[in-house]
Amino acid sequence: MTMSEINTQTAEKPEFYLTEDHHPENSTNLGFWLYLMSDCLIFAVLFATYAVVGRNYAAGPSPADLFDLKLVAINTAMLLFSSITYGFAMLQMERGAKAETLFWLGITGLFGLAFLGLELYEFYHLIHEGATPQRSAFLSAFFTLVGTHGLHVTFGIIWLITLMVQVSKRGLIPENRRRLMCLSMFWHFLDVVWIGVFSVVYLMGVVG
Amino acid sequence: MFSNPDLAKWIFGRLTLDAIPHEPIVIMTFIAVVLGGIAVLGLITYMKWWVPLWRDWVTSVDHKKIGIMYIILAIIMLFRGFADAIMMRIQQAIAFNGNEGYLNSHHYDQIFTAHGVIMIFFVAMPFVTGFMNYVVPLQIGARDVSFPFLNNFSFWMTTAGAIIIMISLFVGEFARTGWLAYPPLSGADYSPGVGVDYYIWGLQVAGVGTTLSGINLIATIVKMRAPGMSFMKMPVFTWTSLCTNILIVATFPILTATLVLLSLDRYVGTNFFTNDLGGNPMMYVNLIWIWGHPEVYILVLPAFGIFSEVVATFSGKRLFGYASMVYATCVIMVLSYLVWLHHFFTMGSGASVNAFFGITTMIISIPTGAKMFNWLFTMYRGRIRYEVPMYWTVGFMVTFVIGGMTGVMLAIPPADFVLHNSLFLIAHFHNVIIGGVLFGLMAGVTYWFPKAFGYKLDPFWGKMSFWFWQIGFFFAFMPLYVLGLMGITRRVSQFEDPSLQIWFIIAACGAGMIAIGIASFVIQLVVSYFKREQLKDVTGDPWNGRTLEWATSSPPPDYNFALTPVVYDHDSWDDMKARGYVRPTEGFRKIHMPKNTGTGAILSGLSVVLAFALIWYIWWLAIVAFVGIIAVSIAHTFNYDRDFYIPVEEVIATEGKRTELLAKQVS
Repeated sequence: MTMSEINTQTAEKPEFYLTEDHHPENSTNLGFWLYLMSDCLIFAVLFATYAVVGRNYAAGPSPADLFDLKLVAINTAMLLFSSITYGFAMLQMERGAKAETLFWLGITGLFGLAFLGLELYEFYHLIHEGATPQRSAFLSAFFTLVGTHGLHVTFGIIWLITLMVQVSKRGLIPENRRRLMCLSMFWHFLDVVWIGVFSVVYLMGVVG
Repeated sequence: MFSNPDLAKWIFGRLTLDAIPHEPIVIMTFIAVVLGGIAVLGLITYMKWWVPLWRDWVTSVDHKKIGIMYIILAIIMLFRGFADAIMMRIQQAIAFNGNEGYLNSHHYDQIFTAHGVIMIFFVAMPFVTGFMNYVVPLQIGARDVSFPFLNNFSFWMTTAGAIIIMISLFVGEFARTGWLAYPPLSGADYSPGVGVDYYIWGLQVAGVGTTLSGINLIATIVKMRAPGMSFMKMPVFTWTSLCTNILIVATFPILTATLVLLSLDRYVGTNFFTNDLGGNPMMYVNLIWIWGHPEVYILVLPAFGIFSEVVATFSGKRLFGYASMVYATCVIMVLSYLVWLHHFFTMGSGASVNAFFGITTMIISIPTGAKMFNWLFTMYRGRIRYEVPMYWTVGFMVTFVIGGMTGVMLAIPPADFVLHNSLFLIAHFHNVIIGGVLFGLMAGVTYWFPKAFGYKLDPFWGKMSFWFWQIGFFFAFMPLYVLGLMGITRRVSQFEDPSLQIWFIIAACGAGMIAIGIASFVIQLVVSYFKREQLKDVTGDPWNGRTLEWATSSPPPDYNFALTPVVYDHDSWDDMKARGYVRPTEGFRKIHMPKNTGTGAILSGLSVVLAFALIWYIWWLAIVAFVGIIAVSIAHTFNYDRDFYIPVEEVIATEGKRTELLAKQVS
């Protein structure tokens, strides 16, 4: 029974219950979008915090002293590539090709690991130079914003590996497709957030 | 105990035997709690309730059971929060003329912090969430919520938060910072102990549950409505629940992020909210109130929804101005985001900023006023039945309007400079939270109790409870308005001026009356249980209700509705009754249901361990618990066998029994 049919039923005694099974739409996509938006708010707070205290250097180093844009450019490329390869994995999933899906998921994971590795190297380098999170409010905000993104990528990779195991064990069954779709949204979301980090923290920090 | 202090420190972090409080009040409470706990555990063992408790409740993914458990949690925590309240009232009534009272300031500061935290996070929130969980799926004709396992997990995370806060009573101390823990007082320099850490982790763990349950309920309301139920045909309680959950999802992450920043300041030594190295404490105050003000509406909107249902039902007519009610709710939802700065006009943002926030605050009273008139006009020329829920509703209308007016006074920035941080403010927000939220919840308990348990609550003790609450409230808080206008500030444990004492004594008497009100409520539960045969509801519709939850039996079967209802009007059950609906007695089919799981409870237990380890710097345990949480979560995703079918025979048997009961009722 469709909506329009129901609305036109103005008879004295219409049907008040369904005689067939009622299958509400699946809520997972909406639910996961809501989760992503709530996560987005966490980043919004961290960006806002960075905007407020990001220039409080406390006589310590400033972005221009610290950031190596070339390194960040490579890092950004890693993450963007990982998004593309995740897209390839989803295309293979649509085709129902299990091995190819797993292959592209694996490549995505490697790009993700490369991104994390470069980020950790950057952090190590900064701390080594004395630019620690404790040094100034700017550095506190920087490490927290970038680090939170990095933590998300870390969990994304753990999730990715879990899903790879599940796909290889059970194949591309509807549950696994749904899960791959959710991780896909999560992964692209982290990409979008990184564009914000790259622009606001690195580019505006060094150029502006 | 240990000859090697380093080893002890490695194993126990900063936890030592000194952490157990030495104050006699706490020790007595501790002994009472231990004895009570042993008695309860003993009873469960003696009655052999462990297995059913685990199988039917702890692991349950049924929204009805989870809703009931939320409300039980809220009522238990209400006792704790109220004990704190009455201790403060007694202290303030006697601490005059050099008498220090019976609570030292160290203890007193923990009590007012715990009172606020518990009442908001662990009484009002679970109470409201409990109702939304129980009622919303029934009102929209759904089998359950969108994500039943997530629902169970959310409940247990909320409980874990409550447990963490309760542990602070007996191991270590609680925060002494006030319920929002402003830095720099809550920073590592001024609060080096474990109190603020208990606060942070208690709220973080519970916050996970709240956010996820918000997501769950939005998805449920958007996706799971019965056929025919367009948005403008949803019951008003479902509407207010939708708005509340949108607010939850849109604000709780802000609280989470803010508390993360505070904990980084405390644990890592960052400089977000410190006074030096570029930190900015006022940023915390802004962030926490960007969450905090919408939180007020998270609590009160569902209460407005309850009043709307109660007024329409007991006036025997449809709600006056349904559409305006919906729009008013949505307007309040949006505006609640634009007023946060009124909590700190004295920060010195300048006249323009203060004026903006003062005006937005006053504008909120317009949709709220519209709601008030809608309720009044619903009653106008209605056939009003003065049942207990209606007492609470009328009491709310009187009380809440007074609270709203004092709110408008506080919204005027120049007046706020005088009244800020005074007992006037305390009186104001208790006026709206007790008069609005709590009265709504009590109305809801009386209204929906027969649905949940199959018998009504005893009206005599319900009325007793109402009158003691109502009169006690005015005795307890009107004196605080007076004291506030005289310039007395909040959070003070001793006073110099003896002329003030009489007002505090009156307030303490009021608190005593509220205590009798709470006791009456407990008696009401007990008396009703023993009179349950007399108070029994066989029809499933004891109040001549108007919305779908009354269409099914009391208590509803696991699957809620054997056949999904079809909706034509926003008072759909009333519409069904008016147009001669006949309950289906055949044509049943097997029903698809989610399976129970213990994962939620296990994750919540591990979260308590993780939080405890972090609070006491027991790093090895924190790592173990954290890895455990990840492992259990991943293991859970490997379980694909999550649903089952209730066989058609069972549905026929359940519905057949109900048919018999109903037939007996008629003859």
